[in-house]
Amino acid sequence: MAFNSADIAAFKNVWVFCEQRQGVMMPTTFELISEGRKLANELGVELCGILLGDNVDGIAPELGKYGADKVYVFNSPLLKDYTTDGYTKVIVEAVEEIKPEILLFGASNIGRDLAPRCAARLHTGLCADCTHLDIDMPNYKGFLKEASTLPAERIDKLGTVMINREPHSVERDLKMTRPAFGGHLMASIICPRFRPAMATVRPGVMKKRECPKTAEIIHPAFNLTAEDIGTNVTETVKAAKKLVDLIGADFIVSVGRGISKDVEKGIELGQALADELGGVLGSSRACVDAGWITADHQVGQTGKTVHPKVYVALGISGAIQHKAGMQESECIIAVNKNENAPIFEVADYGIVGDLFKVVPELIESIRAAKAAK
Amino acid sequence: MKIIVTVKQVPDTSGKVAVNPDGTLDRASMQTIINPDDMNAVEAALSLKDELGCKVIAFTMGPPPAEGMLRELMAMGVDEGVLITAREFGGSDTYATSQIIAAAIDTYGVEPDDIILAGRQAIDGDTAQVGPQIAEKLHLPQITYAGEITKNGNEITVKRILEDGYMTIKVQTPCMITCIKELNNPRYMSVGGVFECYQKPLVTMTYETLKDHPLIDKSTIGLAGSPTNILTSFTPPQKGAGMMLEGAGKETTDKLAGILAAKHII
Amino acid sequence: MDFHLTKEQLLVRKMYREFAENEVKPLAAEIDEEERFPMETVEKMAKLGMMGIYFPKEYGGAGGDVLSYAMCVEELAKVCGTTAVVVSAHTSLCAAPIFENGTEEQKMKYLPDLCAGRKIGAFGLTEPGAGTDAQGQQTTAVLDESGENYILNGSKCFITNGNVASTFVIIAVTGKTVDKRGRSMKEISAFIVESTDPGFSQGKHEKKMGIRGSSTCDLIFEDCVIPKDRLLGKKGDGFKIAMKTLDGGRIGIASQALGLGEGAVEEAIKYTKERVQFGKRISQFQNTQFQLADMHTRMQAAQFLVYSAAMKKQNHEPYSMDAAMAKLFAAEAASDVTRRAVQLFGGYGYTREYPVERMMRDAKITEIYEGTSEVQRMVIASNLGVK
Repeated sequence: MAFNSADIAAFKNVWVFCEQRQGVMMPTTFELISEGRKLANELGVELCGILLGDNVDGIAPELGKYGADKVYVFNSPLLKDYTTDGYTKVIVEAVEEIKPEILLFGASNIGRDLAPRCAARLHTGLCADCTHLDIDMPNYKGFLKEASTLPAERIDKLGTVMINREPHSVERDLKMTRPAFGGHLMASIICPRFRPAMATVRPGVMKKRECPKTAEIIHPAFNLTAEDIGTNVTETVKAAKKLVDLIGADFIVSVGRGISKDVEKGIELGQALADELGGVLGSSRACVDAGWITADHQVGQTGKTVHPKVYVALGISGAIQHKAGMQESECIIAVNKNENAPIFEVADYGIVGDLFKVVPELIESIRAAKAAK
Repeated sequence: MKIIVTVKQVPDTSGKVAVNPDGTLDRASMQTIINPDDMNAVEAALSLKDELGCKVIAFTMGPPPAEGMLRELMAMGVDEGVLITAREFGGSDTYATSQIIAAAIDTYGVEPDDIILAGRQAIDGDTAQVGPQIAEKLHLPQITYAGEITKNGNEITVKRILEDGYMTIKVQTPCMITCIKELNNPRYMSVGGVFECYQKPLVTMTYETLKDHPLIDKSTIGLAGSPTNILTSFTPPQKGAGMMLEGAGKETTDKLAGILAAKHII
Repeated sequence: MDFHLTKEQLLVRKMYREFAENEVKPLAAEIDEEERFPMETVEKMAKLGMMGIYFPKEYGGAGGDVLSYAMCVEELAKVCGTTAVVVSAHTSLCAAPIFENGTEEQKMKYLPDLCAGRKIGAFGLTEPGAGTDAQGQQTTAVLDESGENYILNGSKCFITNGNVASTFVIIAVTGKTVDKRGRSMKEISAFIVESTDPGFSQGKHEKKMGIRGSSTCDLIFEDCVIPKDRLLGKKGDGFKIAMKTLDGGRIGIASQALGLGEGAVEEAIKYTKERVQFGKRISQFQNTQFQLADMHTRMQAAQFLVYSAAMKKQNHEPYSMDAAMAKLFAAEAASDVTRRAVQLFGGYGYTREYPVERMMRDAKITEIYEGTSEVQRMVIASNLGVK
């Protein structure tokens, strides 16, 4: 019978695409399995992983640790390297055969290449870069009340939408919330008329939660030949982290005159915090003028103007020339011994203290918070 | 051989964005620009044109003002523009949009030695879905996240960027490649280009033009053709005044780290 | 009277603005500090057709119009006075006289290179003894014995683009003639000189108050030999050619002044909205608001004069008085507005951290070169018939 993505009742279970590279499972897969487990529980259905690769049975059982009931594994030398054509064919044919109602991918460079191709072939909806997934309506409404500026009465009224002039309950629809307009707008998307509802999920957003089970490993039959694949991967190279510059950086940690009592240590701490955040070291003009750091690190009127997600100002007073270069940052954190420093006027979070003491502790706190996720 | 580039006119979401009192985005406050990733695709096309002398055609789906963007691209060196515009196409999600654009490209015609270039994603939708979905509808192989493109006859070699490195992939034309900002530095319009651009051909494709294409009918376009719908949208709460944290010890830094984690900043 | 720009003009202005912001502005402070000629910018501008904006395509120009050339200089000047005058001197003072007075051979020989930026152009009229009194020319050009070459002797000073140009339009005395009243006067002619011509040399870079990155130097002619086909226009028409050339050049300098003033207003608005004193942004004080209102209005008025002169030149209407009014008004406005901008910035404006002190230093020259404000007044009064 021909596959019909509109026949909603025929679809059941939550699937997670388990991305592996070079035989190693991507960490985001476990986040997705945990999230998928939550959704499967709310729907009262099974959670299954779908894993493609060459000889990857060995990494499948760990998925059970996070709550997978089953893992469909597809082994082939043709699946060793990711190719759009190979992976799309295998996944689409499996979906057409087994019919999951939800299919999640990590929004990695590969996930964002693969998921849209699958969704188009399956004629179903895909929502990209989700930061929140809900089935349960009370939970979803609770989330909206916290995360949005929508009035409570409007949130409470959510539940039914008009589709083709017919009322449709969104109770069992996957509510996929994600940022648009560069993060200025959040939208909750549904896929009411087709299945599977597909979503790619931002890595690092969902929480990993252990939920030990023994996952059943299944090897469905599949057909894949070299002719099915239109591209040729000649090499895969893991590169060292390339130099990020200030302008494109998401995280910047800047040092100022406050490091004067031990310049070398101050810069070391600033760099360590930048490394922990995956960011770049910046500086105020004072440090450059004093010869403590080179001018390419300078943020400010005569330096660079930056708009990172996070700007940490360490021992920087916040004179107008410096502010001009960083005040558009999304989140500004300032550490300064002087509680009257002007930097605190633009900071979202301020700590009055000695940066030499605060920064090492902050690095540890951030490390701990990341591990807890 | 020709090169087709798909482009989108978008609001500039990287600058200051105003929020209305009712929490909706003040779209009028945003300047419209050419989507940045698409500029990289256009530059890649024009570089190939400089090298091989082929024609470059830009396709865009949007309201009539998008013509201005096509003229700008022509002032950069693009030879022809196709504006896909119709009331009937409004409200399309990525699936329906890619269906429509695929139909338009197919109507224009794709030769075996053609290349289709697109930007990786648009800064308003941020989905990165339309490029791959157009490729699917046109049954073309795709390579996304192109950081380097070289052409050798009908074989294209692409350096496909991964988060932690890259893959080198070879593909035969016709194919779709989506471009990222690391690929190149887009050129400016030239003075001569500006004074020529309004004479270059610009074709408009409406619903009437495309309705006989197999991919297009009333149920495959617009809201009716969109598998996804918006349930609700909202702006995150605005930045309030800054918060001074008490103390400077471990509990303080733990608290800060906790706040950053809860906001998905780390 | 249609005050609307055409769609091409609007689009090309967008391009100039993006180019100026991304390519010119980041270098402006450095080239001023180091007194460095922005050669890399010239190469980029050349590729985009900015070195031959209003000349026809058949000579290698971009096929634009005079107003879009004026807007180019304006947009460049908003961020860098030096870069603006590079384009202005090259276009109005060298390429333009060759285009307007040259033979077909001369146009085909020199314009493509100039429009493509492969060669930079300059103009030599001013001499140590001939500034405002341009008739005080002492540089001579005498036919040699063979009658095939002119020999030039003398020197020019304060020549913009002097050290980087390879093509020069030079004004020199070729003999004596009589005026309408029978009185003896100098016969002045115009020539095209190339930097490779024997006997030609360039002097030392002149250190200046402003437009410090602009190349300014003497041109020295010591038995400089040029073939006779380098005569530009008719023998004896040199002074007329020079005056016509300066008319066009005035539009360029007026545009430079316009851009400098507008740029200063923009910077002042930005700064006053950030600077807090007495618990308020200084933009909230009425003095700041009134100052900026005046500054903007003056520059807006200047813009109309500049654009109107450009349109008249484009339409081949007489524009000499309009160009003079535009330069007079825009230059004095720019000096005034940039000074006021520094004042609004206070102490910070006096430092080199902010661009307004450079804009103020740059603006002063627009009241002096290509005809001082006094000369402009002479031109205007003369055109009004006031004598």
